[in-house]
Amino acid sequence: MTEPLMCELSSVGRTGLRFPQSDVPESALPKGFERERLAWPEMSEVDVVRHFTRLSQYNYAIDKGMYPLGSCTMKYNPKINEAVSRLPGFSMIHPLQPIETVQGALMLMYNLQEMLKEIGGFAGVTLQPAAGAHGELTGILIIRAFHASRGDTKRTKILIPDSAHGTNPATSAMSGLDVVELKSDPNGNVDLEALKAECDDTLAGLMLTNPNTLGLFDEHVKEVTKMVHEAGGLIYGDGANMNALLGIVRPGELGVDILHYNLHKTFSTPHGGGGPGSGPVGVVADLVDFLPAPIVDIIEEGDEEMPPLFGFVTPEKTIGRVKAFQGHFSIMVRAYTYIRMNGPEGLRRIAEHAVLNANYLMKLLKDIYHLPYDRICMHEFVLEGQWDDAPDVHALDIAKRMMDYDLHPPTNYFPLIVHEALMIEPTETESIQSLDNFVDVMKKIAKEAHETPELLKEAPHNTPVGRLDEVKAAKDLVLTCNLEAKP
Amino acid sequence: MYVPHTEAEREKMLSTIGLKSMEDLFQDVPAVERFPDLRLDPPLTEMEALEELQDLASSDETTSELVCFLGAGAYNHYVPSAVDAMISRGEFYTAYTPYQPEISQGTLQAIFEYQSLISALTGMDVSNASHYDGATAAAEAVSLANAHFRGKRSKVILSPALNPQYRQTIRTYNPGTELTFIGDNSGVALDDSPEALIPLIDKDTALMIVQYPDFFGRVYDLSKLAEAAHAAGALLAVSAYPIALGLLKPPGEFDVDIVTGEGQPLGIPLSFGGPYLGFFATKKDYLRKIAGRLVGETVDNRGQRAYVLTLTAREQHIRRERATSNICTNQGLIALATTIYMSLLGKNGFKEVANLNYQKAHYAAKRLSELEGFELWSDEPFFNEFTLRCPIPVAKLNESLLEYGIVGGYDLGLDYPQLSDHMLLAFTEMNSKDDIDLLVEALAEVSHD
Repeated sequence: MTEPLMCELSSVGRTGLRFPQSDVPESALPKGFERERLAWPEMSEVDVVRHFTRLSQYNYAIDKGMYPLGSCTMKYNPKINEAVSRLPGFSMIHPLQPIETVQGALMLMYNLQEMLKEIGGFAGVTLQPAAGAHGELTGILIIRAFHASRGDTKRTKILIPDSAHGTNPATSAMSGLDVVELKSDPNGNVDLEALKAECDDTLAGLMLTNPNTLGLFDEHVKEVTKMVHEAGGLIYGDGANMNALLGIVRPGELGVDILHYNLHKTFSTPHGGGGPGSGPVGVVADLVDFLPAPIVDIIEEGDEEMPPLFGFVTPEKTIGRVKAFQGHFSIMVRAYTYIRMNGPEGLRRIAEHAVLNANYLMKLLKDIYHLPYDRICMHEFVLEGQWDDAPDVHALDIAKRMMDYDLHPPTNYFPLIVHEALMIEPTETESIQSLDNFVDVMKKIAKEAHETPELLKEAPHNTPVGRLDEVKAAKDLVLTCNLEAKP
Repeated sequence: MYVPHTEAEREKMLSTIGLKSMEDLFQDVPAVERFPDLRLDPPLTEMEALEELQDLASSDETTSELVCFLGAGAYNHYVPSAVDAMISRGEFYTAYTPYQPEISQGTLQAIFEYQSLISALTGMDVSNASHYDGATAAAEAVSLANAHFRGKRSKVILSPALNPQYRQTIRTYNPGTELTFIGDNSGVALDDSPEALIPLIDKDTALMIVQYPDFFGRVYDLSKLAEAAHAAGALLAVSAYPIALGLLKPPGEFDVDIVTGEGQPLGIPLSFGGPYLGFFATKKDYLRKIAGRLVGETVDNRGQRAYVLTLTAREQHIRRERATSNICTNQGLIALATTIYMSLLGKNGFKEVANLNYQKAHYAAKRLSELEGFELWSDEPFFNEFTLRCPIPVAKLNESLLEYGIVGGYDLGLDYPQLSDHMLLAFTEMNSKDDIDLLVEALAEVSHD
């Protein structure tokens, strides 16, 4: 397949939308500022709709099938969430409208803040961060601001386990902290001896992903948080793996001081082919004053006749604002709806079945693929995608071959501490049929790897395009083209 | 909800795993804290949830019920029906970041087309796949400049006429750098042209950021500014309003180095502030310092044209603490929506909508400046937004306007004490002549109360 580019579908003089005639007297355009040329396509609505419909069909998506990308929590995205996010009362309100005219939106935000506080065990929540990494940045800036507010300026060291997501070290470096990598112990937990050696008066904090990216719940989590606190540091919790913990345990009660939630993972809002996400941050009581502005609060208490008045407030020692306006509101609407429809028992059910599904797959696959950490896992687990007796086959080949069986591959080559990693997160929304199909495919591929490895090396065969020349892409660097209609 | 397991299936799975109960799955979780009682309301069915959300939504007053003249960073533009129809396809919105190009060509080609359209719109060589919004895109311009100079230049000049929320965001982003921010705190008068910032540029200046049209709506030629920045070896970034570029010279023609901006006006609903889109375009020279995702064209092993994420070695998942930015998830679906918008309007429709915005605003400016007690703050050219000096405080005016069903302009006194009694008004294709006449009449009446 090759879908034409817009220029190939264009014709000089076409347009896909007409606007009404101007109803005001004509004013002259400003001299010297007039644009001469805009190299854009000229297409009809039919051209555009067919182009994007065809393009959409070249994508894999959750709506087509299982998407077991580890650490990404690709669960089903309920359709009701899409419908409510588009209600005019939510989609057609300006972020700077007088608060009296947007009480519904503010009440929703307030309630979502309250729900996230309750779920995570925190005293305050900001909804402003736009994505997980943006929430991390917010959290790390809060850690800096907290130490600075106490005149404790030598705390510049941030500890990051070697299994952490790449955003953790990138965020810390961006915030001017010195990153020290902590190794994992043989069971996949934070190595307590290594941690102890770093616990001194330069310690700003520890970024903890729990369950970690091996899918393992740290067996010593309370010791870890206690050691860091005793050294004067704070614990940042990476909430990317919160799907395993809903109703199971509150990170705030394990000693986590700051945590970002990925609404686009745990709370079922769609990934959109790479965003938009939403990364609210929860904090313990000591850190509430540092949250970014604005947050939503009740600014006039209600009574029997009048509902309370919701509005925006600025925390006393705020780190500032991390983006324009108040966050990804329409994503919040989706997450709010999801939490309301689940209720407390539904949330726990999500975590339980996410963990059940992962353990079921792990059990059925561990005799065929090497499982480096053999413990009860949480919502995901990591296999090795290589065999001694099929040395030419790599995790990448397995991943590519899975596409031929209409499955999205797991995350590969992450976490970095596992050789040829295949990181598998089924999520709770996969049925037993779907899981069994995945196991069958993985078994078939393991067999092929030994008997007909070239099938894997050349895979995928049944996809719209085959393996890409990534070296050429980086060398030639064709990042744009002229999309104008050819005359 | 959305958990398909039956009781029998659950039992079967547990016994396969070799466990007795669901609780056994969580033996690593400390017992004292395990299974908290969450104090949340009981679950709702879809019918009940819809009713609750409809109730909440209906207590908001929308831009179609009110007449809205608010801009200041988010604009009430028409969203063509095809945009939402296309982004509502599950193949687009339930896909992940296109790490597996063989089954993500839809997303990848759309981003490639987005990069092409944004580069053409801004007059720059390259564009990335998006940032969170206009504010964070401007903050990433600072990171690019800082990386380009390897931290050896410590000064960033922010125009006081750059959106105040953007300036706040830039400062929040940078406590960990050695950078100092000047320009908006350097005694430059607000009614001066951006060229008043030129004396601040020196050999220690990494970057200057201005806005086009600026926060007060004014349009200036930026060539002298670019010349002055380049003479000192510094970079110039411009935060631009995309619809204005349908009519006005693109910043690229002034030889600026980076163009960022808020993409919301390109077919994205207001949605109380987000999700929107930060666009980011630059010259080829700075390509390797750009943050975020880039899609490049290549071929597959069957000889077909195909697209793939490229130059990924800049990014956090490869480079970790040495990455240019921590950005991971960005605004994929919103970038797609703007791509659909831009392709629907095309070069002709886009010029048309830009002209409508210009015409409505100029009609309004003429009418409003004839009102007793009101005056345009500036006589510089403007596009669809301008600053109006008012005879009484803006908060009071807006309160009265709301009784007419009008959302008045932004109160500039909130950010600029010297501009109390000044209102920033925006006009788009959504405002009819009748709406504008209503605003004029209402202001005439309420300013005399």
